[in-house]
Amino acid sequence: MKVQIFGTGCPKCRKLEENAKKAIRELGVEAEVEKVQDIKEFAKFGIMMTPALVIDGKVKCSGEVASSEKIKEWLKEEVQ
Amino acid sequence: MFLSILLSGAGALLDYLSAHVLTCLIPAFFIAGAISSMVKKEVILKYFGPSANKFLSYSIASVSGTVLAVCSCTILPLFSGIYTIGAGIGPATTFLYSGPAINLLAIIYSARLLGIELGIARAVGAVSFSIVIGLIMAALFERKREKETQEAKFSMVGDPHTSTKNPAITFLFFADLVGILVLGAWKKWWIVGVLLVLLIIILKLWFTKEEILSWLSATWQFVVLILPWLFVGVFAAGIIRDFLPPEVIRTWVGGNALRSNFIASVAGALMYFATLTEVPILRAFLDLGMGKGPALALLLAGPALSLPNMLVIRNVMGTAKTAVYIALVVCMSTFAGVIFGRFVF
Repeated sequence: MKVQIFGTGCPKCRKLEENAKKAIRELGVEAEVEKVQDIKEFAKFGIMMTPALVIDGKVKCSGEVASSEKIKEWLKEEVQ
Repeated sequence: MFLSILLSGAGALLDYLSAHVLTCLIPAFFIAGAISSMVKKEVILKYFGPSANKFLSYSIASVSGTVLAVCSCTILPLFSGIYTIGAGIGPATTFLYSGPAINLLAIIYSARLLGIELGIARAVGAVSFSIVIGLIMAALFERKREKETQEAKFSMVGDPHTSTKNPAITFLFFADLVGILVLGAWKKWWIVGVLLVLLIIILKLWFTKEEILSWLSATWQFVVLILPWLFVGVFAAGIIRDFLPPEVIRTWVGGNALRSNFIASVAGALMYFATLTEVPILRAFLDLGMGKGPALALLLAGPALSLPNMLVIRNVMGTAKTAVYIALVVCMSTFAGVIFGRFVF
């Protein structure tokens, strides 16, 4: 699974990355975490508000720092 | 020598804390938190789509900075999104310019610390110039783009959650908060007390615990994001006020000459100001003899531009468009400053 965190580097996107890594660890799934900081990439995914979380190409949230609990839900959805 | 520098900064900080923070910034933070947690951003984003009515796109772009963003880390991606997959270069640059300038906390703070005329001029200037700049950029650079692929990409932007809150209640809530802000500024404490009681009643009757918590948490996020930088700004302003020779300020940016306004505008464009720090620093310059026209010029060019953010903008729209944008901002800020300086006194 590929988990991408979109953000320009401010505290909110770093928190989202932390929460994502925590969720992955707690679930024990195989996932690669990538941080995307290039603004032009955001537009390709239709992302207007950062921070944003994308799992396997699907935008799960944008504009909020999702909790690791929520991220775990999304990860479970994508594992199916 | 070093000690006196520290003392002047600390002195400014104390002056400042005792007079202004309590009466104006605290309610302002709560209002900002309320806007952030209660206005559904996705609803606004719809207006930035490629097929959206242009008139609406521009108008919303020029004021939505209040709702959508406070720091440049949110403004720049939004700008890039509107530019690439959304309504195009016009509304995108309108938003880019007005976003930092129309920051609610900054306007309130400007009005309080620099005087109500500068506060209003800043707000009006930010909104009107943002639209003008956007229109000019669109006139110069807008190309016909693939409407379908644009719309397809744009539809990936999140769906608006349906809000179940009665708009009348939301309005009452905001009106109450604004009332506390304004009447607190006028020191009418009796009325503020009444409004506070009213607020508690409103919350008890019509707000869920979740909504209140999300409001308070958004408020706290703003406090944590802004307050430390504010203290740094005030501290720096204190040092500037005590150590910068007034002649330097008066020679370069005193009075209302075109040259003063222009210099202030360019300096503002290059300097980086963390959110709200431009206000205490400008207070220091004004005390040292800066003209009010140049002050407005700096207020209009400063928050919107800085060397680092020029580089990011260039990354999104290329050197030529960025250069034109910067030129437009500097010219309009200069022009606004000259008019303001001429007509307000």
